[in-house]
Amino acid sequence: MDHQIGKPVPRKEGRKKVTGQALYVDDLSFPDMLHGATVRSPAARGKITSISFDGDIPWDQFVIVTAKDVPGANYVALILNDQPYLADGFVNHPEEPIVLLAHEDKYLLEEARRNVRIEIEEQPAIFSLADSLAKKEIIWGEDNVFKKFLVDKGNVDAAWANADLIVEGEYETGAQEQLYIENNGAIAIANAADGVTVWGSMQCPYYVHKALVKLFDLPEEKIRIIQTETGGGFGGKEEYPSLIAGHAALLAWKSGKAVKMIYDRAEDMVATTKRHPSRTRHKTAVSKDGKLLAMEIDFVIDGGAYCTLSPVVLSRGTIHAAGPYVCPNVRIHSRAVATNVPPHGAFRGFGAPQSIFALERHMNKIAHEVGLTPEEFRRRNFIHEGETTATSQLIRERVDMDHLLTQALKFSDYHAKRERFAAENSVSNGRFSKKRGIGFASFMHGAGFTGSGEVYLQSVVSAEATDEGKVRILAASTEIGQGTNTIFSQIASEILGLDFDSIEIVQPDTRQVPNSGPTVASRTSMVVGKLVESAVMGLKQTLTGSGLLPQEYSQPEFKKACSDYIGKFGSLKTSATYQPPPNVHWDDEKYQGDAYGAYAWAIYVAEVSFDELTYEARVEDFVALQEVGRVLNPVLAAGQIEGGVAQAIGFTLFENVVWKDGRMANNQMTNYIIPTPADIPPIRVFFEENPYAYGPGGAKGIGELPMDGAAPAILNAIENATGMSFNQIPLMPETLMKPFV
Amino acid sequence: MARLLDVLREQLHLTGTKEGCGEGECGACTVIIDGQIVNSCLVPVAQVNGAEITTIEGVAHNGELDAVQQAFIDHGGAQCGICTPGMVIAALDLLKRNPKPNENDIRNGLAGNLCRCTGYMKIFESVVRAYQK
Repeated sequence: MDHQIGKPVPRKEGRKKVTGQALYVDDLSFPDMLHGATVRSPAARGKITSISFDGDIPWDQFVIVTAKDVPGANYVALILNDQPYLADGFVNHPEEPIVLLAHEDKYLLEEARRNVRIEIEEQPAIFSLADSLAKKEIIWGEDNVFKKFLVDKGNVDAAWANADLIVEGEYETGAQEQLYIENNGAIAIANAADGVTVWGSMQCPYYVHKALVKLFDLPEEKIRIIQTETGGGFGGKEEYPSLIAGHAALLAWKSGKAVKMIYDRAEDMVATTKRHPSRTRHKTAVSKDGKLLAMEIDFVIDGGAYCTLSPVVLSRGTIHAAGPYVCPNVRIHSRAVATNVPPHGAFRGFGAPQSIFALERHMNKIAHEVGLTPEEFRRRNFIHEGETTATSQLIRERVDMDHLLTQALKFSDYHAKRERFAAENSVSNGRFSKKRGIGFASFMHGAGFTGSGEVYLQSVVSAEATDEGKVRILAASTEIGQGTNTIFSQIASEILGLDFDSIEIVQPDTRQVPNSGPTVASRTSMVVGKLVESAVMGLKQTLTGSGLLPQEYSQPEFKKACSDYIGKFGSLKTSATYQPPPNVHWDDEKYQGDAYGAYAWAIYVAEVSFDELTYEARVEDFVALQEVGRVLNPVLAAGQIEGGVAQAIGFTLFENVVWKDGRMANNQMTNYIIPTPADIPPIRVFFEENPYAYGPGGAKGIGELPMDGAAPAILNAIENATGMSFNQIPLMPETLMKPFV
Repeated sequence: MARLLDVLREQLHLTGTKEGCGEGECGACTVIIDGQIVNSCLVPVAQVNGAEITTIEGVAHNGELDAVQQAFIDHGGAQCGICTPGMVIAALDLLKRNPKPNENDIRNGLAGNLCRCTGYMKIFESVVRAYQK
């Protein structure tokens, strides 16, 4: 039997996807199904004074739901439970849901939605992180702060006096739309006898389950959540599906009919979550030989109008803020603040791309001031095995950032290009010339939930044999394009010595599968994959232990053993529950300890051109080198990196959310621009393999990593090309032209 | 009037053609009408009276995949799959017009189809592998 781990096994559900047979939520329909729509707040903040149903609309044919129709608790159960399903008397952001409508005719439904008139007595609102921090208006709690953290290692205050140099900088990142090509959608059937069933596009079926248990005040077994094929998530379908699923279910509950609710692109962009905008301030003490002496980092993210996941986004951003460097004194003060914009939420990288952008721009600034090249300055500060991170986590694995840097600079021909571009850029070709530059960023990304998160989750995976000798994997981890089905099948077939097609992945359905935790945080391969490994190992041991299967066996022998076992005992199913790796300790109070079980390490190099006529910056070549433990499937792994880098190029140079009074003004694909096939440079992906002892087959997490490094690498390259320092993304031509005109 | 996309999906139950944006930007609803690729979200159904339309459901023959479909499976051209039907149709159209496209031809040929998962590299590779077969 060939090894499955490390092979470019084709995607498990590939055939369904290339033939159009894969069924996404909008492809499903039910008898007598109604369509649902959401009527949203026209104002950013204020008291709802009236709701009227106007126009020439047969309102008696419509199902109408408002806050008073909520059978259970009117909040989306998540962290602080402060976000209502339907605004009840008061709104806190534009587009906040107020009324739900359903009708069998979706064209009439849209007409009706436009004829619901909502009057708001407006109150002052705030739309920026700066206004929130300045308490221009208190809109949430006592001080607009959802959450704050303090990481305090060593003694930062005592270090300033000994510094040869103190370097300060301020860095900003904007909102970014996930822009999965399949919009959010859900279908619900709900009644008192059977409870609530929802089919939907989602990353985390058990998040939706938890929220709907509260919304309907029903016992857990009365709520059933089924994930349909999901057309991309990137975090945008982590927490938001709890809302749309709840809305569809409320309409279904009141009407007694199936209700389908599918957002169109404009609604999805204007009303759902985006990446948190951020502002980071650095103050760094350095010795004249380029050693980091102290880092003080102030990291702030804009959470929008409700808390949602902001505390955990802030946590990841905070922990990654000091990067893959060793520094004896580090203080990171971070805050997530409220504004009157739709809540910002999960998006690939989850706070880390924001704080890493700041750090990797700042590292170049320090290098310049201390008189070292960007690579030499980093080499003098890289973390190694046996040293500790900002949270005092002792690095117990081999980490060789020096080697990664050497390799990445070699693959990108960095030094030769640096020299050549300097010579070419100094020759003026008049106003039509293009300047070129090359830059890089070094970074790490922790996989799995932060700190004690995985222990609290207590994830479970089951494996079940059929009497045909097939093995079914039961997990709530979703396939959203990243390759869950394929990776789980590879892991199981490797352990069992069965062919790939003998493994079946059960569709995530809370009535069928155990809670293996959310599909987030680069945890599916590393954490849940390990549980798949343990569960199928248990299956194999059960069979060998029963004497029905020899230690060495063929596929027909396995099949016979399964059939015999099931004949004798009725069924064969084993489960595995998460066990933390040894020596993992985390202090939630002091924010010190082992923040993540494992980190992926990377160097990304960007080459750019800058057009002096149009002020456009373009990425011309991209090298992404990373150490992610063992690569389970080289095609899927490279696909994750390439897709993440493309999304990060968008974050850096293309994707500009234009805000008007707290509302996204360019909520269309016509004017919110994501990279097209014509815009993306060759993305050259390289892996260094260093198997991780506690990951399945030696794998670490990979999904979020590629979002982290591209933005600072590109801005470092633009600085190399233009001699100008830009510290804010998205970096649009309008900003790029400012120093030149 | 109904859009061609709605008639395909709702009346003919050919749900392989997807809606991504409804304004002709993303290409998820790409179909071939009388040999031309178009975004079916922009076509009023009356305009296709008597026309021959190929959707993703018509690409494989008797269960046998087209080389483009097979290449998308083998070389990572599909991830979440929502852009894939439109992307496959656009790739077929490109290869029909230009059987051996270079990288630039592929980029331009697929420029009307957006993908948020792959970063396009594996889609380009899939197209190359398909015509090399």
